[in-house]
Amino acid sequence: MTTTAPAREPAVRKDPPGAARGPRRRTGRLRRVTLPYLLLLPALILELLVHLIPMVIGVVMSFKELTQFYIRDWGTAPWSGFDNYKVSVDFDAPVGEALLHSFLVTVVFTLLSVGLCWLIGTVAAICMQDTFRGRGLLRALFLVPYALPVYAAVITWVFMFQHDNGLVNHVLHDQLRLTDKPSFWLIGDNSFIALLTVSVWKGWPFAFLIVMAGLQNIPKELYEAAALDGAGMLQQIRRITLPSLRPVNQVLVLVLFLWTFNDFNTPFVLFGKGAPQAADLISVHIYQASFVTWNFGTGSAMSVLLLLFLLVVTGVYLALTSRDRTAGSSRRRKETADV
Amino acid sequence: MSETLRTARVPRSPMAPPRTFLWTRRIFLTLLTGFVLVPVYVMVSSSLKPLADVTGTFHWLPSELTIRPYIDIWSTVPLAKYFVNSLIVAGAATVCSVVIAVFAAYAVSRYSFRGKRVFTVTVLSTQMFPGILFLLPLFLLYVNIGNATGIALFGSRGGLILTYLTFSLPFSIWMLIGYFDSVPRDLDEAALVDGCGPLGALFRVVVPAAIPGIVAVAVYAFMTAWGEVLFASVMTNDTTRTLAVGLQGYSTQYDVYWNQIMAASLVVSVPVVAGFLLLQRYLVAGLTAGAVK
Repeated sequence: MTTTAPAREPAVRKDPPGAARGPRRRTGRLRRVTLPYLLLLPALILELLVHLIPMVIGVVMSFKELTQFYIRDWGTAPWSGFDNYKVSVDFDAPVGEALLHSFLVTVVFTLLSVGLCWLIGTVAAICMQDTFRGRGLLRALFLVPYALPVYAAVITWVFMFQHDNGLVNHVLHDQLRLTDKPSFWLIGDNSFIALLTVSVWKGWPFAFLIVMAGLQNIPKELYEAAALDGAGMLQQIRRITLPSLRPVNQVLVLVLFLWTFNDFNTPFVLFGKGAPQAADLISVHIYQASFVTWNFGTGSAMSVLLLLFLLVVTGVYLALTSRDRTAGSSRRRKETADV
Repeated sequence: MSETLRTARVPRSPMAPPRTFLWTRRIFLTLLTGFVLVPVYVMVSSSLKPLADVTGTFHWLPSELTIRPYIDIWSTVPLAKYFVNSLIVAGAATVCSVVIAVFAAYAVSRYSFRGKRVFTVTVLSTQMFPGILFLLPLFLLYVNIGNATGIALFGSRGGLILTYLTFSLPFSIWMLIGYFDSVPRDLDEAALVDGCGPLGALFRVVVPAAIPGIVAVAVYAFMTAWGEVLFASVMTNDTTRTLAVGLQGYSTQYDVYWNQIMAASLVVSVPVVAGFLLLQRYLVAGLTAGAVK
C-alpha cells in the first residue's frame, strides 16, 4: 500500500521518433489524454458501485433511525441526528459498554495475532533461507493453512475444539492429563485462546511468504562480508536481515493488522452468530448489532466509528513509517553516491 | 558454549551456520510442522471414519476405514450444486478482476494523468474497510437497483460476482502496478514505434512479461472469492448458495455429521490447495515484485 505513495516518475512520453506528424498527431494526443481514463473506467465504476456509494449510504444510514420497520424503504426512516453515535459511545449504558468491550478485545486480539504471525513467519523464513533436504516440501506444507478455504479450515478447528469428541480435550485431558476435566473451548474465557490459535495458524504463512520473498532481495555478499568480520549468526540476523527487511515488514504488518482487525470469517465460522464475550470481535459484534437485534442505524454508526479508527491508525502508521523510509532511502542514496 | 562452538566451527567454512542453530532449527521446524499438520490430519482421518467414531471420544486412528462419508456428502446436501455455484462465482470474479486490474494498473504505471494519485489512494484505502461496513448498504443498493431496473443482483450469482471482484481489486491493482513498473518501459515503447497501439503494446509486450504477477493476482482473487463467508451467507438463496454456506447443512438439529463435514471440507479444499501449491512460485515472484519492492 505504501509503495505507491511516493509519486511515480512522471510518465511524460515523448513522441516516438518517426511517428506521423500533423493531424494524426492530434488524435494521438487526444487518445493519450483519454486513454488512461478509459482504462481506469471499469475499475472506477466498480469501486464506486461496490465501495464508495455503499459507504456514503452507510454514513447516511448512521444518522437515521433505521429499525426493521423501515428497512424495506429505508429512505423514509426518520432522521435521528447523532443519536446512534450517542448510543454507541455511551460507555455506561449496555450498548456502548458492550461495544467498548468488543473493541478492546479486538485490539488485544489483533496485536497478539499480528505479533505471533509475524514472529513465527519471520523465524520460519530465516530458518529456511539456506537449502537443506526437504526444504521444498516443507515450504509447500507451510503454505497449506493459507491456501485452505477459511470455512473448511476453521470448521476443522471447531471439530477439534469440541467438548466431548474433540482432539484438543482428548490430548490435554485424556492423554497428557493437564486438566482436571475437559474444558470448553468455544464458549467462556477459553474461546479467546481458541480464536487466537486458529487466527495464528491461518495467518502466519502469509507473513512467512512475504518475508521469504523479502529475504531473496538481500545480497549474499553482505552476509559473507559480515561472516568474514566475525559476526555470528544472531548478529547477522540483527544487523543485516532485520534492517534489510524493514520496508517489507512495514507493509506486512499494516496488511496483517487490517486483515486481522477486520476479519469476519474466522470468528463467524468458529462461533456462529453470537460470539462469546471473551472473543467478541468487532466485526461480528457489528453484524450482531445490525442483523440479529435489527438495529441497522446503530450498526452503521458503529461501522463508521470503526472506519474512523482504522483511518487514524493507518494514517499515523503511514506517517511514521514513510518518514522512516525516506530517511533510509536518502541514506542509501548517499552510500551509493560515495561508492 | 563458545568453546564447543569454536571447536565445532574449525572444519566448517565461516558461512556455515553453527550447530546450535541447526538443532534449534530442527526443533522449531518440527513443532511448526506439527502445528500446521494436525488439523490437516484430523480432516483427512476423520473423513474416513464411521459416524460412531466421530461422535464419541476422539481417537487418532479410525476404528475402521470407510469411504462412506465421501459417498454420502453428495446426498446429505446438494454439494455438487454448491460446488458449481462456487466455481462459477469465484471463476467469473477472478477473470473479471484480473482483466480490470490489468487495464487499471497499465494506466497508472505507464501514463501520467490528472487524478492519478487520488485514484490510487482511494482504491488502496478501500482495502482497509471492514466488509461489514458494506454489507447492509450493498444489500439495500442491490435491492434498489433490482426494483428500478429489473436486474436481479440480490440473491443472484451476478451480485456476488460483482461484490467479490472488487474485494480483490485493490490488492491486485497495487501488485500489478509494481509488476508493470518492473517491466522496462523501453520494451513497450519499442512496440509502439513498431506500430502497435497502446493496447497492442499492453497485450503483446507488458502482459507476457508480467505473467507471474498476473498469475499471482489471479490466485489471490480466486482464493478470496472461494473462501468468503459473510456476503455468501447473506446474499445467496437456495439456488445460488455457495460452498461457504453449504457446508453448514451437515449439522442438523439432532446430529452433526462430522465425518461428512470433514470429507466435504477436504473435497472443497483439494482444488484450491492443489492449484495454490502448483502456482506458489508465481505468487512468491509476484509478491516480490509487487509488494516488496
